[in-house]
Amino acid sequence: MSKKMTEIRWHGRGGQGAKTAALLLAEAAIDVGKYAQAFPEYGPERTGAPVRAFTRIADAPIRLHSPIENPDTVVVLDPTLLDVVDVTEGLPSGGVVIINTSASKQEMAAKLRQQDQLRLYVIDATKLALETIGRPIPNTVMLGALVGATEVLPFDVLVEDLRDKFSKKFSPSIAEMNVEAVKRAYEEVKKA
Amino acid sequence: MGKVMALTGNEAVAEAMRQINPDVVAAYPITPQTELMHKFAEYHADGLVNTELVLVESEHSALSAVVGASAAGARAMTATSANGLALMWEIVYITASLRLPVVMAVVNRALSGPINIHCDHSDAMGCRDSGWLQLYSENSQEAYDNTIMAVRIAEHPDVLLPVMVTLDGFILSHTMERIDVLEDHEVRDFVGEYKPRRALLDVEHPFTVGPLDLTDYYFEHKRQQMEGMAHAEAVVEAVSREFGERFGRHYDTVEEYQLEDAEVAIVAMGSTAGTSKEVVDELRQAGEKVGLLKIRMFRPFPYDRIRNALRGKKAVAVLDRAVAFGSYGGPVYTDVRATFYGVSDAPVLVNYIYGLGGRDITPAHIRTAFDQLKSIARTGRVETLVGFLGLRD
Repeated sequence: MSKKMTEIRWHGRGGQGAKTAALLLAEAAIDVGKYAQAFPEYGPERTGAPVRAFTRIADAPIRLHSPIENPDTVVVLDPTLLDVVDVTEGLPSGGVVIINTSASKQEMAAKLRQQDQLRLYVIDATKLALETIGRPIPNTVMLGALVGATEVLPFDVLVEDLRDKFSKKFSPSIAEMNVEAVKRAYEEVKKA
Repeated sequence: MGKVMALTGNEAVAEAMRQINPDVVAAYPITPQTELMHKFAEYHADGLVNTELVLVESEHSALSAVVGASAAGARAMTATSANGLALMWEIVYITASLRLPVVMAVVNRALSGPINIHCDHSDAMGCRDSGWLQLYSENSQEAYDNTIMAVRIAEHPDVLLPVMVTLDGFILSHTMERIDVLEDHEVRDFVGEYKPRRALLDVEHPFTVGPLDLTDYYFEHKRQQMEGMAHAEAVVEAVSREFGERFGRHYDTVEEYQLEDAEVAIVAMGSTAGTSKEVVDELRQAGEKVGLLKIRMFRPFPYDRIRNALRGKKAVAVLDRAVAFGSYGGPVYTDVRATFYGVSDAPVLVNYIYGLGGRDITPAHIRTAFDQLKSIARTGRVETLVGFLGLRD
């Protein structure tokens, strides 16, 4: 398969916003003229159960309509998933893993089933979300971390898109809280 | 012209329906169609359409209400999936027999049982002989465009038959993609104002709908229905051509992809056609002469186009996302085989059943099919005529 396309897999637990994050990223990509697909994996979802969602981003129309088997990047919204699922499944050498955790990078690295040549990032997104948004919802924070780690989109594009969408959907003040959250996540990952 | 939007397949079809602004929509929710009607009901509640929205107690009633509205002279639409379509069954045939130009989105889902909410084509394939036209969509853009074109095709005086626009459940209906949405006035101009030839509400010109039709004329009416279906192919071509000229997105009854000099080819419908194109490109880069024939219009079946596109190939695999139990392979396969009866340069034709109940179909599966075709082309030996892709042992 031609690799001019970026493929991202999101791992979360039902209710953490993995699907929403996958869709938000695709929307932001489409808004700047790229092509994108986003889809959750539909199973017996319930709050707390492991769920997955996917985003594809490319400069040309995406004709593939099959699951993402070899993602370039994996985002993990809940560190307890590492005990349950192999989040590194299908990741190629050099693949990116971003985990929401209060634990250290070394502790997380030891838990990954595939150890070689991965670019691992850890960020305490739940704490950051509580500090900025006031709710323990890690998904928008992880969007900032993802863009920081991969530059899959220009960061200002993500910020403007979130500001616009959240202002319309919720309120300008909620939008600014989320913008603050993604900015801090982006900067933290950039420093790492 | 138009704007780019990030929409799921369901939202894209709902958007087309908002722009078409039908007189009457009647529907009942069923996964994976629910989100489509949810969105349209939202447009209705927000006053963005003038549609009379009839919320009924079953799919049988939904299509019955649509039939009544259409006979009364309204432009009427609905949408359903799987068991909902099965419950409509009686009225599906009646819609076509009464020559009512209804447009219905079918979000493809496996028929029960056991219960499965995921994609296959068993629902729409159950209606292949019902007298409806069927357009299959490769992606959500095509589902949006097909919905708009379907109105013109159904209402064409040479056709006057209902049209099903299908999109693969979840794979398209719940996947967000980039959609080029036309301006509202462009869609309104394209579909035009509906002027039915006869309408029950036109009391100055009374006529009878659906009377008793016994041994005297029923047979002749069926023949007329066959003629309407026979005219449909040229109308689908003409409406698709006009759509392409106006809006720059070109469609045909079938699409030949890298087919002209191909030695082996795959025939596919729906979203799998897109996945197959990726594999064709990959194998072409490796110097292999492979191609794809995508069938967009399954009913009426474009026999001549398909025969001409595939004749002279060494081996062809037809992919079926449905079973025709007790038949010689899947429904698309039997039709493709029939086009080649008595044709001297017919390819070897094999069949793969795949993706039942939403089983994944990946590029690796398509490559497997091409590998088999290349082996048949090389050796002339066919191991199995009707096989499977992605089936567990």
